[in-house]
Amino acid sequence: MPVEGSNKTDNQDFMKIFDARIERDEKVEPKDWMPDAYRKTLIRQISQHAHSEVIGMQPEGNWILRAPSLRRKVALLAKVQDEAGHGLYLYSAAETLGIERDELYQQLLDGKAKYSSIFNYPTLTWADMGAVGWLVDGAAIMNQVMLTRTSYGPYARAMVRICKEESFHQRQGYEILLHLVKGSEAQKDMAQDALNRWWWPSLMMFGPTDSESTHSEQSMAWKIKRKSNDELRQAFVDATVPQAEVLGLTIPDPDLKWNEERGHYDFGPIDWDEFWQVVKGDGPCNRERMAHYTKAYEEGAWVREAAMAYAEKKQKRREAAKSDLQVA
Amino acid sequence: MDNSLSPNQALFNFALHMGDNTLIAGHRLSEWTSQGPALEQDIAITNIALDLVGQARSWLSLAGELEGKGRSEDDLAYLRSDREYTNFLLCEQPNGDWGMTIVRQFLFDCYHFELLNALLDSKHEQIAAIAAKSLKEVTYHLRYSSEWMIRLGDGTPESHKRMQNGLDERWRFLGELFEDTETDKVLAEAELSVLPSSLEEAAMNRIEAVLKEATLSQPEVKHFQTGGRKGIHSEYLGHLLAVMQSVPRAYPGQSW
Amino acid sequence: MKNNWPIWEVFIRSKNGLSHKHVGSLHAADAEMAIENARDVYTRRTEGVSLWVVESKNITASAPTDADALFEPAANKIYRHPTFYNLPDEVKHM
Repeated sequence: MPVEGSNKTDNQDFMKIFDARIERDEKVEPKDWMPDAYRKTLIRQISQHAHSEVIGMQPEGNWILRAPSLRRKVALLAKVQDEAGHGLYLYSAAETLGIERDELYQQLLDGKAKYSSIFNYPTLTWADMGAVGWLVDGAAIMNQVMLTRTSYGPYARAMVRICKEESFHQRQGYEILLHLVKGSEAQKDMAQDALNRWWWPSLMMFGPTDSESTHSEQSMAWKIKRKSNDELRQAFVDATVPQAEVLGLTIPDPDLKWNEERGHYDFGPIDWDEFWQVVKGDGPCNRERMAHYTKAYEEGAWVREAAMAYAEKKQKRREAAKSDLQVA
Repeated sequence: MDNSLSPNQALFNFALHMGDNTLIAGHRLSEWTSQGPALEQDIAITNIALDLVGQARSWLSLAGELEGKGRSEDDLAYLRSDREYTNFLLCEQPNGDWGMTIVRQFLFDCYHFELLNALLDSKHEQIAAIAAKSLKEVTYHLRYSSEWMIRLGDGTPESHKRMQNGLDERWRFLGELFEDTETDKVLAEAELSVLPSSLEEAAMNRIEAVLKEATLSQPEVKHFQTGGRKGIHSEYLGHLLAVMQSVPRAYPGQSW
Repeated sequence: MKNNWPIWEVFIRSKNGLSHKHVGSLHAADAEMAIENARDVYTRRTEGVSLWVVESKNITASAPTDADALFEPAANKIYRHPTFYNLPDEVKHM
């Protein structure tokens, strides 16, 4: 199998075959030759996606113990559990690229790996469970549906599974809000307040505008990404505005209006200073999220170690029993 | 026997008690979300939490029906004080580390499994039906917690120490699970339920067998703690409920 | 590292009559845990009736670089397929 640094002509040939394969929309599979940069980009993107699922459990986990009815409690619990599952599918996809899950954890613990900044905002009221489900999951789905067609096979397959499971998440959130806006004044206010706080961070989830996005161009060429940040953001706004109207809630953007000519909604400028501030670690909850994650990781160490020790003991006992039989 | 307790009141007490046990046990497990020792175990423990809260909904709905005053599962879960909760003390004990949680769950599972098996023969149709559905779930809970008892008991010196410590801490809540109350006596007589004391031998046999394989020793306890079924709880339950009930309590009369 | 659980591949039979199909992977310390983890992770929505788990290191895979030699030769043997043979219209089902 060709490896990086093997003779140059070979690599160039492989590169041609690889490019042609991408051009034909064929999937790349784990053991196929791939350019080192493609592998690195995938590891970075998939693990970032996985970390986002895992850290994303925290803001919603914050309300599992306070869900206001048993029906809401099981739905939220199942949803947050799905996020753990999605993280797991994604780590598995990343592992097919030759990196261990624990190494990915380590990158997150060391602050070298990023996760979606949206999860650095606090969930303050029950209505936030509605807004997060509706907006944050809604935004995530835009991205994830696109990624079911990504060029790397295991990533695409993980996304198919995730999209299937995600389908109830956004509804779950929307239904929470639907219920609140039909309730008391206090409940309606709670819903509007949640939308006010989550709208702009949700738009930021799609990342910097295309002109500023460093990784985008190459990722598009390799068909890892299949739509640009701005395209996805626009699609999200277009899909979400009518949903807000059904709720009778006001999107906190005075510039938001339908543009007949473009066939899209125009929306106001995004506060990119805030975006970069949160990305760089100074969001409202960055420290809390990492502290929570680190604590759980460290407190689980003795469990992981003991399970492994027991597995090895058991294996040895089995082998000993076998050889006893043979002697007899 | 307390003749003032009618069979219907006894049934209500029992359904409520079952609902409270499963709700509080499930709630405690749900605290593990995003904090499990591995992603796989985070998912696993949440499955058990979901099963238990699901069972709680069935039992509390049944309790509401039996009472006949129009109280829903949520009214019973969110609008009763800790003095009105009738779960076992064991269920409300804090999670502690993963090992201590496993110990609590294992002891409860051993009891729960035997009880549900016995309830399959209940002459009360709904009780038998809830038991049948729950038993499948609890059979898995028991398998899961037993394996983890053994794995950690017989794992490393540190895990062994932690498990033994967990067992020593939680054992004093075990006795309460097999105490017969007036409610149980009324129901056992009518073959609607069984006496908890009748479950003890089978449950203890299982516990002993697992402890042996886990290389753990059975603690000796002079006095078992009791009182949960009378609403005399540990200090932990009040805090648990304060959190759990906070939203409906802050906005009385609203629907969510 | 000592506490790294090995990777297992998970296969699910979605219902009797169908083969087990690969669905993904997970980490587990031993086979028993792998089965339980597979149940908890991959069958939360009644996806299956039977599970296989295989430790990944025990799977031998063909090399992609051998793909031409292994699989191309089958492509030109069209006589293995029923459509290679012409039948008169009168013969309907064969």
